[in-house]
Amino acid sequence: MAAVTETIEAVQAVNDGGYKWGFETDIEMDFAPKGLNEDIVRFISAKKKEPAWLLEWRLKAYRHWLTMEVPHWAAVKHPPIDFQDAYYYAAPKQGPKSLDEVDPELLKTYAKLGIPLKEQAILAGVEGAGDSPSEGGRMPIAVDAVFDSVSVATSYKERLAKDGIVFCAISEAVQTHPELVQQYLGSVVPQGDNYYAALNSAVFTDGSFVYIPKGVKCPMELSTYFRINAKSTGQFERTLIIADEGSKVSYLEGCTAPMRDENQLHAAVVELVALDDASIKYSTVQNWYPGDAEGKGGIYNFVTKRAACRGKRSKVSWTQVETGSAITWKYPSCLLIGDDSVGEFYSVAITNNHQQADTGTKMFHIGQRTRSTIVSKGISAGFGQNTYRGLVKISPKAAGARNFTQCDSLLIGDQCGAHTVPYIENRCMTAKVEHEATTSRIAEDQLFYCRSRGLTQEDAVGMIVNGFCREVLKELPMEFAVEAQKLLQISLEGSVG
Amino acid sequence: MLKIENLHATVDGKQILNGLNLTIPAGEIHAIMGPNGSGKSTLSYVLAGRDGYEVTEGSVTLGDIDLLAMEPEERAVAGVFLAFQAPVELPGVGNANFLRTALNAVRRAKGEAEIDAIQFLKLARARMKVLNMPDDMLKRPVNVGFSGGEKKRNEMLQMALLSPKLALLDETDSGLDIDALKLVADTVNSLRGPAFSALVITHYQRLLTHIVPDRVHVLSAGRIVKSGGPELAEELEASGYGAIQAAAA
Ligand SMILES: Nc1ncnc2c1ncn2[C@@H]1O[C@H](COP(=O)(O)OP(=O)(O)OP(=O)(O)O)[C@@H](O)[C@H]1O
Ligand SMILES: [Mg+2]
Repeated sequence: MAAVTETIEAVQAVNDGGYKWGFETDIEMDFAPKGLNEDIVRFISAKKKEPAWLLEWRLKAYRHWLTMEVPHWAAVKHPPIDFQDAYYYAAPKQGPKSLDEVDPELLKTYAKLGIPLKEQAILAGVEGAGDSPSEGGRMPIAVDAVFDSVSVATSYKERLAKDGIVFCAISEAVQTHPELVQQYLGSVVPQGDNYYAALNSAVFTDGSFVYIPKGVKCPMELSTYFRINAKSTGQFERTLIIADEGSKVSYLEGCTAPMRDENQLHAAVVELVALDDASIKYSTVQNWYPGDAEGKGGIYNFVTKRAACRGKRSKVSWTQVETGSAITWKYPSCLLIGDDSVGEFYSVAITNNHQQADTGTKMFHIGQRTRSTIVSKGISAGFGQNTYRGLVKISPKAAGARNFTQCDSLLIGDQCGAHTVPYIENRCMTAKVEHEATTSRIAEDQLFYCRSRGLTQEDAVGMIVNGFCREVLKELPMEFAVEAQKLLQISLEGSVG
Repeated sequence: MLKIENLHATVDGKQILNGLNLTIPAGEIHAIMGPNGSGKSTLSYVLAGRDGYEVTEGSVTLGDIDLLAMEPEERAVAGVFLAFQAPVELPGVGNANFLRTALNAVRRAKGEAEIDAIQFLKLARARMKVLNMPDDMLKRPVNVGFSGGEKKRNEMLQMALLSPKLALLDETDSGLDIDALKLVADTVNSLRGPAFSALVITHYQRLLTHIVPDRVHVLSAGRIVKSGGPELAEELEASGYGAIQAAAA
């Protein structure tokens, strides 16, 4: 039995001190005063040298937010959040005006985050690093890195510009492409959409902006790494992606945060717009700090993500691997407006220890022959609570619409929970909606079979869980699939004893 | 050498093995036959270390190592391989990935370098050809949707790649067609050597005409009640277990 005890101890050590991304970077920071009021909103807007219309837009959102109430319908529990007890703006003091000025500490952070070396070099502004084709025929990845409130550097910008692609911090896009930002910002997620979206609209600090021109297939993966570093800060990033007619893009975001005893708020808004024949693939690997084994600390991840498939035959595919955060509350959705448009949602959500996740998607079928596919894999371990909440709504005009939903839950141990809450509103006679759901446990004979072939208990669990999630993981860009698999396994360490 | 002495084991509090003694010298292949429910699979699980199979008395050593003190995965990398009577399905887990992970676990334990995906495919394909398995079985999830015979062949593929010191084959011949039976026998025979021993559990003498065992043992009510040479299997085929069981009682 010695080996089991040792393994458990080793895993506990990992769990207790072990969130691998839990380091903190020592960088001089520039803070706005704590708390939230109109002056803070003005401060943020001024810091970003924003045009008057955007300040007005923010203030309108703020005033609306004041009239709203914290939503209570999700199956998550947390103490009330004191919105006055947080910083709404934190930026590295050394302004990242050019790539060479990037603080070396920051680059160390990226190294620890596992951002590929090549991209680090680019982020560090190594001359010409972004121009040469990458080694081994690997697909290059353009990276935008958001550190607390500020986008620090964007790589491959010039290379992308050759195709007319804009990939930059949203604060920069406000300066360089104000007409695009003004046209699309809030057009998918209006300021008053929900409590956290309103908050975000008032105080959003940075995030990525992508515009793919007509007919352009983006030649590389676009990627953003979000990181909350400073204490008592919230992160409110705003991402806006516009795929013009006939264009195509694949975008990936990754997230981490240091370990802290307090809960930190992350309330992002992501808006996607796909015009005729455009296609957007949006992948998320979310690994915010989940809190310790007793449930202390961790990120509250309250995110609004929505895509508008405005054009005919447009397509948006959401893929998410959610392993982190103390609480996850997010429903990446698709408004299928254009005829024959397609929405997809592939999700893996893991809750271990005391994590809670209430996640799913909403598919609004508005155009004719619109199609949607939902594949959700929920894994609960420890005391984790995992809820799939989904809505498929088919309007009377959406003749011939189709939806297929599959929700599978995997339970590890007997203290955790899995819940499936599918809402279906079909108001069209010719539409077809299918829903399948399963709940299972890792079987003892599967574990024994793996172990009898030399796999450790942890490797066996990792392998079985990865198998369970395969349909979702295969949707991830190749470069990140391996990383995501490792993440799943790490997240579940210590869950089987 | 595998040495089992006075082995007693319970499952869910029920006594299944009752003082079993068995020695298989290195390089030898022994067969175990016995009526349904006599404890053959239980013996194989106890040897492989399955949870819930509790040893209440006795010892098992392989060479100079005490198997009973080890976890299943430690036994596996030390060279114990169990070909399951009913191989388990692992949905979504690619066969190639599973096999390579297992092989690398064993190689690491032996101090050998891990092999990469390309080397692995070469090795696996060569073995699969011999076992008459189509290449696409590497891509499919482990045992999912495999026919009974395909599952058994997949077990043989694993065994051949992991090349264990001690192979336990639990009714690998059940449900196999005549050609597949020969392939299984060929695989076992190809591993024969001074460092390989095997315990072949079977109900049918036919397998033993292809894998000629050094010894045949009869298990009844959790104990070995009779041992002999290959001719014992023929006797059993002709007369059944009745006489032996009566004599042992
Ligand atoms: N969990 C359990 N609880 C109670 N009895 C069990 C349990 N598992 C196995 N047994 C019993 O142990 C006995 C031995 O079973 P085992 O599977 O080892 O037999 P076997 O010799 O392999 O039989 P067969 O030839 O049918 O494969 C049987 O009577 C079986 O019912
Ligand atoms: Mg049996």
